[in-house]
Amino acid sequence: MKIQQISLFLENKPGHLNAICRTLAQAQINIVTLSLADTQQFGIVRLIVEEWQKAKEVLEQAGYVVNVREVVAASVADKPGGMAEVLDIIGKAGVNIEYMYAFAFRHGAEAVLVFRFDNPDRAIEALKAAGRGVFDAVSLFSKPK
Amino acid sequence: MNTTPIIENRIWQPELECLPRPQLLALQAERLRAAVARAATVPFYKEQFAKLGITPEQFKSPEDVRRLPFTNKSDFHNHYPLGLLAVPRSEIARFQGTSGTTGKPTWTAYTKADVDRWADLCARFLVSGGLRPEHTVQISFGFGLFTGGFGLHNGIQRVGAAILPVSSGNSVRQLMCMQDLRPEILICTPSYALKLMDDILNGGLDRKTIAIEHAHFGGEPWTEEMRTRIETGLGIRCWNNYGMAECGGPGLSGECAYRNGMHLQEDQYIVETIDPDTLETLPDGEKGELVVTPLCREALPTLRYRTRDIGIIYDDGFCPCGRTTRRMSRILGRTDDMLIIRGVNVFPSQIEAALMTCESVAPHYMIEVSRPHALDEVTVHIEMQPNMFSDSMKEMQGIRDKIAASIYGVTGLHMHINLVSPNTLERFEGKSRRVNDHRKLVD
Repeated sequence: MKIQQISLFLENKPGHLNAICRTLAQAQINIVTLSLADTQQFGIVRLIVEEWQKAKEVLEQAGYVVNVREVVAASVADKPGGMAEVLDIIGKAGVNIEYMYAFAFRHGAEAVLVFRFDNPDRAIEALKAAGRGVFDAVSLFSKPK
Repeated sequence: MNTTPIIENRIWQPELECLPRPQLLALQAERLRAAVARAATVPFYKEQFAKLGITPEQFKSPEDVRRLPFTNKSDFHNHYPLGLLAVPRSEIARFQGTSGTTGKPTWTAYTKADVDRWADLCARFLVSGGLRPEHTVQISFGFGLFTGGFGLHNGIQRVGAAILPVSSGNSVRQLMCMQDLRPEILICTPSYALKLMDDILNGGLDRKTIAIEHAHFGGEPWTEEMRTRIETGLGIRCWNNYGMAECGGPGLSGECAYRNGMHLQEDQYIVETIDPDTLETLPDGEKGELVVTPLCREALPTLRYRTRDIGIIYDDGFCPCGRTTRRMSRILGRTDDMLIIRGVNVFPSQIEAALMTCESVAPHYMIEVSRPHALDEVTVHIEMQPNMFSDSMKEMQGIRDKIAASIYGVTGLHMHINLVSPNTLERFEGKSRRVNDHRKLVD
């Protein structure tokens, strides 16, 4: 129940993020969501795309350093307290969040968050036990009814 | 040629420094024969002497030094750690070290007599540059493997002055010692003196609370422009000296009160300049690579050491100070890619060795050196490669810290690490130029 995330090394300079987006645009790859982590000198771009193998290939061909990692996409009720509820579940399971970011789209009435956990399997187990949705790629990218 | 002294002209060992020239040359020839005989006990030299048909009796004049093969820094590396020693380990009284071209240092060793002679060599330039027995000397060189700290310490002790061994760094403490104990002499790198000067002049310190009259600089090249800045800024006299660990450390040459360049201590060294391409000895007055043969060293009788330092031995006659020795210019550059960072010798190959300990394959890198204020700053730009990259910022910062720690482990210097995208650093055909040095260290 994990999805693949593409991450890239990025120098903290004007135009560098745009160059990545252009490379993906030329290959007709849509960025479903992304997050940026930055320091003064460099950043890490993390991307969720549908065709991650193709994205990795074109980005590597364009000379980028690319890393693929499994992350967890979980649903959150899109209402006050929704986020806190999920974090409670994860906290009680004793799992640490290395980073997280939100999806740009809603899945039905729910928002979707992307997590990198120190112990993803335990987190997935806890989330499911608490009745929260955890997506694989098929369920995530299928059009919600 | 300057004909008036800047300060009182004093000579520590006039019987050797002012030896009439014919006697000096005879002494050099005699000592050269002895040095060759000592070297013949070291397998590295013994083999070469056998091949070249060299015997000590062939050395009848100082010029005969040209018959000898050269010694390179790589020879120290190839016989690491102590393969060039000419005496049993039990006779070694002191080890010092300097940078090697890999992760390992270059060791130099001294017998008790070597340490003794070295103390006089340091006393010579200290005394000609103002040191008196009643003075206190603040040593702001690092006390450690670096030959500067303990070498000058011994020289000051020989003269009988008081030693204030503050060691390097921590300028707040340096200034406190200077104000509270009021030393008259300061020993440090010229760039550190610039930093202290900035701290004194911009820190609102009353110049009168500091008693420094003379500073002796070493460890890195500097310029006349820097001398003028420090001398006028602080109202002190700054003196230059020269030497390298492989040939015994500081004391090979130093300035006198007339400031006509640095007097070579020719009773203990034969110094030549060579064309680094043809390896032919050059006439005095021509710029070339300095080649040094210590004549008295027992522990490590290095012959014709190629210093890679570029300089000139002057051909304009003898200095009015009374010394009969030839003089050399400031160091005008290097014939290899060695850098001197805050007084520490650094080879790009050391940085490569440090990177190799972090990553199985050394990534493409570039070393950028600047002197934004008084002190040198180094940034190592490193191209990312897939095995170094992680989506976790914590891991990325960990990689950066690990590289910085590894470079510190090899060089002893803190350098900035800048991770850059692949294929963004300039590529060079043939001999790669890994260094971009923005400093102006030569007049």
